[in-house]
Amino acid sequence: MTWIGDNLGLIWEQLREHLYLAIVPVILGLIISIPLGYVATRYSWLANPLIAFGGLLYSLPSIALFIVLPAILGTKVLSTLNIIVALTIYTVSLLIRNVIDGLRSVPPDVRQSAIAVGYGALHRLIAVDLPIAVPVIFTGLRVVTVANISMVSVGAVIGIGGLGELFTLGFQKDFLTPVVVGVVLSLALALLADLVLVTLQRALTPWARVARPVAEVV
Amino acid sequence: MWQYLTDPFNWSGNEGIWARILQHLWYTFAALGLSVLIGLPIGLRIGHTRRGAFLAINAGNAARALPSLGLLMLAVLLTNQIGFLPVLIALVALGIPPILASTYAGISGVDPATIDAARGMGMTGREILTKVEIPIAMPLIISGVRSATLQIVSTATIAALVSLGGLGRYVIDGLKLRDFPQMFTGALLVALLALLLDALFALIGRLTVSPGLKLG
Repeated sequence: MTWIGDNLGLIWEQLREHLYLAIVPVILGLIISIPLGYVATRYSWLANPLIAFGGLLYSLPSIALFIVLPAILGTKVLSTLNIIVALTIYTVSLLIRNVIDGLRSVPPDVRQSAIAVGYGALHRLIAVDLPIAVPVIFTGLRVVTVANISMVSVGAVIGIGGLGELFTLGFQKDFLTPVVVGVVLSLALALLADLVLVTLQRALTPWARVARPVAEVV
Repeated sequence: MWQYLTDPFNWSGNEGIWARILQHLWYTFAALGLSVLIGLPIGLRIGHTRRGAFLAINAGNAARALPSLGLLMLAVLLTNQIGFLPVLIALVALGIPPILASTYAGISGVDPATIDAARGMGMTGREILTKVEIPIAMPLIISGVRSATLQIVSTATIAALVSLGGLGRYVIDGLKLRDFPQMFTGALLVALLALLLDALFALIGRLTVSPGLKLG
């Protein structure tokens, strides 16, 4: 317990780094997935190969990606960029499926009404299609955010990993406390991030709240 | 890296690439086997009786949040030994939740009307489980085993950190020696192994799906 008190600064710093390394890729991944998914729904022959390729990328072990990326990117092994790019790849490879499924879930009559009212392609995407796709996209977003938070710590094996560094520290010193602190904080971070996403989803889909009580009564 | 891979010396012997691949596969299948032995019956039971569904649903979410490296270190420090046992514990802890959650999801997702029909035909609870629920749930069960496998293969790599063998050796040793070709070799082989196992499970999934389901 005294270790925690003595090392609050270190713990706080690793927690911040962990959050940064996990969240930046989620945001980047979302920014990449949406146009990619949109293109895949317009040219539908693209959708299945994209989803399959995403599944392939997602099955690569994170440690392998953390190490092979520097060779491809020309970065140093110890650069945080490797972690961010690797996790962005995971985010896109998982999210692309949800974006495509989400955009496909827009009912054709809704789409036609939007066109009839005079919405252009981009305006329709932002004001009509994406809001309807929010629940499906968020399902993927929640999975990938929680998975990213747990994967960041693997980076500690190569020397950059936020809370993961508490794991290696505890292991090297044969000392349980930092490891427990790291695991607990990592779990708490994942839980908190998930909670934020659920809240955000509710805020983005106010109509779902109107429908919900009826569904619960049934 | 090409040099490292094409040197026959690196492929043979107790510390050669083939030996490392076999070790890696051994850790993976030992942990996977145990995870299935524990996760599958629990998932089947919860799915069949619908009791404890809360546990099964949350197992899936909780597992994604578990930091594998932390779990590994925790197992080593708690068992107070280095070697296969703590690694096995950590790998099984990561393997059980996806199997449990998807088995439950598969079984509980079976249409109640189908189960009623089976009961109407005079099937016992056990027969309903083995002849109706399991075959229908098979695709989901296999996908759970598949994600458990990927998680285990990937974490078995880190197990080299606690002085175990397997393909992670190249990654960890290469990192310590600043021998990057060796690191890349290890990382690449692990990635290939993961892709191969993934393809294997895709194939198993295709072969085990009941022909009756393909029509629908």
